[in-house]
Amino acid sequence: MPVRLFRIGLSSAYPEPRMFRQPEQLRGAYDVVIIGAGGHGLASAYYLARDHGITDVAVLEKGYIGGGNTGRNTTIIRSNYLTPEGVAFYDESVRLWQDLSQDFDLNLFYSTRGHFTLAHTDAAVRTMRWRAEVNKHLGVESELVGPEAVKKACPQIDITCGGHAPVMGALFHKPGAIARHDAVAWGYGRGADQRGVEIHQQTEVLGIDLNHGRVAGVRTSRGSIATSKVLCAVAGSTPRLLDMVGIRTPITIHPLQAMVTEPMKPWLDPIIVSGSLHVYVSQSARGELVMGASLDPYELHSTRSTLDFAEGLANHMLDLFPFLSAAKANRQWAGMADMTPDFAPIMGKTPVEGFYLDAGWGTWGFKATPVCGKTMSHTVASDEDHPLIRGFNLERFANYELTGEKGAAAVGH
Amino acid sequence: MKLLTCPVNGPRPVSEFAYGGEYREMPDPATASDAQWADYVFNRASLPGVKKEWWYHVPSGTWFLAERDVQADVVHRTYLFGEGP
Repeated sequence: MPVRLFRIGLSSAYPEPRMFRQPEQLRGAYDVVIIGAGGHGLASAYYLARDHGITDVAVLEKGYIGGGNTGRNTTIIRSNYLTPEGVAFYDESVRLWQDLSQDFDLNLFYSTRGHFTLAHTDAAVRTMRWRAEVNKHLGVESELVGPEAVKKACPQIDITCGGHAPVMGALFHKPGAIARHDAVAWGYGRGADQRGVEIHQQTEVLGIDLNHGRVAGVRTSRGSIATSKVLCAVAGSTPRLLDMVGIRTPITIHPLQAMVTEPMKPWLDPIIVSGSLHVYVSQSARGELVMGASLDPYELHSTRSTLDFAEGLANHMLDLFPFLSAAKANRQWAGMADMTPDFAPIMGKTPVEGFYLDAGWGTWGFKATPVCGKTMSHTVASDEDHPLIRGFNLERFANYELTGEKGAAAVGH
Repeated sequence: MKLLTCPVNGPRPVSEFAYGGEYREMPDPATASDAQWADYVFNRASLPGVKKEWWYHVPSGTWFLAERDVQADVVHRTYLFGEGP
């Protein structure tokens, strides 16, 4: 055991500086209350304090920092989406990601790997070409490549998938990256905390008080708060929060499961995604293969994981990488994804004045963490939707103006 | 293996079924306002609790209703449309 660790073990007070302060009590009023101390909530707090000078902010978290979907995703970052609204938005996020480690002075293990989305059918090749052209038009590095390029970047792959689903091509997205998800929440949390934001963990929101259609306060398990602005960034708990303010949305909750193998020597450099086989995989800095598949097929407000999922995912992994047949799965878990019908988020102002929504992040929220913080902090500070999120407002459903991202967001994270 | 009871074929593995979403009453298309229609088309009662849902038994082509706790994932009862309580 290192001597330093031994000394920490013997000391009565924790001798190192902590990442965050632990504010003892909730105050009676804040300028802004953010519900949810995941990546999105903390990033919003961070940019509110840093860019807009609003530091009288409380971030309320029922559990612990980054314990929801921020800590449960498969950490893939990319911007090769399908709609102009989506591409512009996610591309800004990728730009923000790239210097975030310096910004925080914290190593996020941000690692640009290149991202292949495999196509096994003619129809998939067509969609990939469509996406590549939209991406290129909007200045995103993205191209359609042949199977030989996939094989060259990842020699271990069985390019024919045992002969039953040969890879016909792939969408290659060079800036595709992964990052350490916990560190993202900690970096934003620490940055916000240093600027005066209070992060209250173990604090559950029980109700939101309205006064003539305006937000007036928040009731929590640790007392009531008066505030005129509430930002809701709670992913799978969104329906419960929306019920408190009486807003109906198309959001439904489905579990999304993921799994990691035991650590192994580095062999997989790029991120490999196959929509047809429902699998996406990357190798983390620790050497584990981080794998995910599609959503659970029916609504469920629970983070249980299933053997069906593990079997299906392993089966598809072996189609691509038969040599992994002896690899052991180390952990399996699930997060609650708040799905929307068009696979785009719901962001911005709502019919309740002072209630801002950052939701509908389904299975594609981690990569958007920085840009969500940027745009939601702008929206909260100015009470006006940021231009980048106008395609994602809640009214789009009532106006039948959906932002169809299913072709780019489903499975291929 | 998780089982679901088809009202026609009895208990079958859940992998034989497709989820059809929450049961909703359709407003009269002739008289509904645009806002009511959009609410019917898109919005869902997404709170956890016991919900009435459409399910489909794929091999036999049977649509039926299930009352399911969407938090505990427990099915309380299944029945054909028009035959329920």
